[in-house]
Amino acid sequence: MADLSANFLGIKSPNPYWLASAPPTDKQYNVLRAFEAGWGGVVWKTLGSQIKNVSSRYSSVDYNGNRMMGFNNIELISDRPLDINLREIAECVRLFPDRAMVVSLMADNSREKWHELIAQVEDTGAHGLELNFGCPHGMTERGMGAAVGQDPEIARMVVEWVMEKATIPVITKLTPNVHSVVPSGRAVVEGGTNGLSLINTIQSITGIDLDTLVPNPNVAGKSVFGGYCGPAVKPIALKMLTTLSQDPVTSRVPVSGIGGISTWKDAAEFMLLGATTVQVCTAVMKHGFRIIEDLCEGLSNWMDEKGFRTLDEFIGKSVHKLTHWEDLDINYHIVAQIDQTKCIHCGLCYIACEDTSHQSIDLLYGNPYNTYSIREEDCVGCNLCKLVCPVDTCITMVEQRRGDEYVNWMEFQRRGLPLNDH
Amino acid sequence: MAIVNNRLTAEQYEQNFSDIHPPFESREAALIEANRCLFCYDAPCMKSCPTSIDVPKFIRQITTDNPKGSAHTILSANILGGGCSKVCPVEKLCEGSCVYNLMNEPPISIAKLQRFSTEKAITEKWPLFRRKPSKNKKVAVVGAGPAGLSCAHALSREGVEVTIYEKESKGGGLMTYGIAAYKVTPQFCEEEVDFITSLGGITIKYHQELGKTVSLADLQHQYDAVYLGIGVGLARQLDIPGETLHGVEDAIRFIYNIRTNGYPATPVGDKVAVIGLGMTAIDAATQAKRLGAREVTIVYRRTQAEIPCTEAELAIAKLDGCRLLWLAAPQEIRGENGHVTQLVCRQMQLGEADASGRRIPVETGETFVLEVDMVIKAAGQMPFEGLISGNQLENRYGKITIDATGSTNLRGVFAGGDCVNGGKEVVDAVQAGKDGAKAILEFLKYFSGFGLHG
Ligand SMILES: Cc1cc2nc3c(=O)[nH]c(=O)nc-3n(C[C@H](O)[C@H](O)[C@H](O)COP(=O)(O)OP(=O)(O)OC[C@H]3O[C@@H](n4cnc5c(N)ncnc54)[C@H](O)[C@@H]3O)c2cc1C
Ligand SMILES: Cc1cc2nc3c(=O)[nH]c(=O)nc-3n(C[C@H](O)[C@H](O)[C@H](O)COP(=O)(O)O)c2cc1C
Ligand code: SF4
Repeated sequence: MADLSANFLGIKSPNPYWLASAPPTDKQYNVLRAFEAGWGGVVWKTLGSQIKNVSSRYSSVDYNGNRMMGFNNIELISDRPLDINLREIAECVRLFPDRAMVVSLMADNSREKWHELIAQVEDTGAHGLELNFGCPHGMTERGMGAAVGQDPEIARMVVEWVMEKATIPVITKLTPNVHSVVPSGRAVVEGGTNGLSLINTIQSITGIDLDTLVPNPNVAGKSVFGGYCGPAVKPIALKMLTTLSQDPVTSRVPVSGIGGISTWKDAAEFMLLGATTVQVCTAVMKHGFRIIEDLCEGLSNWMDEKGFRTLDEFIGKSVHKLTHWEDLDINYHIVAQIDQTKCIHCGLCYIACEDTSHQSIDLLYGNPYNTYSIREEDCVGCNLCKLVCPVDTCITMVEQRRGDEYVNWMEFQRRGLPLNDH
Repeated sequence: MAIVNNRLTAEQYEQNFSDIHPPFESREAALIEANRCLFCYDAPCMKSCPTSIDVPKFIRQITTDNPKGSAHTILSANILGGGCSKVCPVEKLCEGSCVYNLMNEPPISIAKLQRFSTEKAITEKWPLFRRKPSKNKKVAVVGAGPAGLSCAHALSREGVEVTIYEKESKGGGLMTYGIAAYKVTPQFCEEEVDFITSLGGITIKYHQELGKTVSLADLQHQYDAVYLGIGVGLARQLDIPGETLHGVEDAIRFIYNIRTNGYPATPVGDKVAVIGLGMTAIDAATQAKRLGAREVTIVYRRTQAEIPCTEAELAIAKLDGCRLLWLAAPQEIRGENGHVTQLVCRQMQLGEADASGRRIPVETGETFVLEVDMVIKAAGQMPFEGLISGNQLENRYGKITIDATGSTNLRGVFAGGDCVNGGKEVVDAVQAGKDGAKAILEFLKYFSGFGLHG
């Protein structure tokens, strides 16, 4: 059986699954239930000056009958008194000493306030700090949260204040509301942060009530931009994570991956692209803590099948598989193949290719079932038909190289090879 | 042993005749099913619907919260789409060709979704259609059954004034008078007829019978065109001794009584034999059982491999506890004091296959006797041959002959539905009505001066 234990800057947890700083981690009651369920660690809901939340707070994007494909909130940091939070954190650490306890912080914008808060939190026995530079709403107006994360120089400055005081590992959580996370990531690494985490939520409007014309969520007839998360943001988070893994400065520190993780597969993907641990919020807000069982079992079974004994054996393994477009092999060519014995004649491949791709699928009329077949000479190997096909292994892409040697775009141009003539 | 009515309590009747295909309980339930739909291109389900309803489109419109669009998609192809959602033998139509069948998954519940999308539109009379400006043309439709109603609606939408002549006191044809009560209620049929006529431009004249109160010549004279949608008549005679005994009943008449007089008022025997195994036989047998008959036996000349009804229909009869007697051909009905007491059957066996590949039942020479007090005949229906031939309408064994355009041999007289095809499904009649309307519109365009009037 694979060893799932994680070690993030010396912060140990029995598995790499932490709960992200959010409502699931905002009080002792939840956190104890999460630990009992088997979660490896938590990042406590962000602490700072106590605030007041509004009602309502959440909205979501449903897709084809599935709820919460994307999730959106307009909540702020913890709305509970600081002293109660600190007392409860200490109690959780005492009851579950083997689990990671990281506390998220967003102090008011001064060195003294940060120092004061860090001291109080360290007294609880917590194992690490996460700096919330990513909250995209509500706090920015007060010069905190995303505003800090969006300006690399301010972020560096705050991290420097923090590092003056902190004696436990410091993770800086990056906002995705920038065109690239690398400049802010570099700034905070240079400022001394021990680790990074990403992503926080992405500014969004999930939708509008078409009766009242008020966007969601509705607060007395008004709304504000919210923070988007859940499965919909995973691809964006993975890309941002990868840019950190590829950068010579940011890749010096470990990253805790966040954003749309709902299954063990999602987690494996984050880790393959460089995450040392992963954090989960929306998936537990939708299903509860019980999903931890399959998160662990699925990852463990996969690791066994692949022969990975520890997490370190696969963390980062896919990073070098990402290259630049110019380096891709133009001679590599695949064509679609339809297994007629598996085809259910839904016509989805046909209409996708016919209307929007390369008109490479022939339709032979039948009543009621048409027969569809690929015209290989016209197929560009785009994958679209395979993607829309509802039968998993009905359409496969078969390799038909256009030449034996590797030829990239630069070489292609240099040799003056022919472009499409239609 | 006796044929009596009022066998059950009101609650028992209510329960026995409740909806056999209940609707979705909620919008959410419908959405779960609608979201399973793959939205096939050139969809097999659409091709398998005689009226070519764009099934993927109407289901998608459920998922996008566009109920009006969904109802419009259905009803613009099939104005009886509401009724069809309850009575169509979908296992051999749309649902039978759903691609999920090829994955060995249950097909999309197309009919149930169709019902979901149409029911509200019909009961609340959503104004989904608007008439085009008047064409100053008048068309007479004979028969307010599915064919006639469909033709009338299509014509009226195009701005034609339509008058329907109907011999009964209600519209809907066999929908109202023939189809099993647990599939569709007379009340629903009435709402559906009202919905269709709410378009305007359609007047139904009840108690008007072609050949009695009105003549074809008069209609030809008064209107620019005539459409005949008179369906088929009563059950075929068996031509065996004893058919006139008290207790021998025609299936169509039996069901007509249930639907017009109500359940308690319809008498049924203790031990009932039903002859035939088409849709009508199944309906008669199951409804006899549901009215309280103790024993119902369906007598069929052939075997299960040759049944004309669908497996799903047969399953209903079996579940209702009807007994099936295969390879049994009625020879004689015997009685005492004028009342049925026995049905004598010839034992058959399967012989050579005929041209269509069906094996022909042949006699074994043996006979056997069933003790019964009621015999319901459902061995097929007969066209109104006398009426049709009497009006010089070309026909084959009473089925009106039409050409490729939908026209009969009489200029300006069109026909469709059961009276042409000899008896198929409601949905076929609806398509026939559409085809007829199209042919009439073409005809009106080129023969604008038609008619002996004016
Ligand atoms: C017992 C039974 C069960 C059935 N079950 C089903 C089922 O479950 N599903 C299904 O899809 N189909 C079923 N059918 C078939 C379906 O009912 C018919 O195919 C359909 O109703 C045909 O429509 P139509 O308009 O051609 O004829 P009809 O429905 O027969 O309508 C003809 C109309 O013309 C009127 N008419 C007749 N003669 C005259 C006249 N001389 N003057 C004026 N008016 C006249 C009649 O009163 C009637 O209103 C069933 C049929 C029967 C008999
Ligand atoms: C309701 C809600 C409140 C959140 N509050 C915080 C917070 O206080 N501090 C913080 O750093 N992130 C907060 N987040 C962001 C999450 O920690 C996480 O980064 C984000 O939701 C992406 O992960 P997910 O896709 O698994 O939900 C919050 C998210 C949600 C949904
Ligand atoms: S891979 Fe792309 S181009 Fe080729 S058949 Fe499929 S959709 Fe068409």
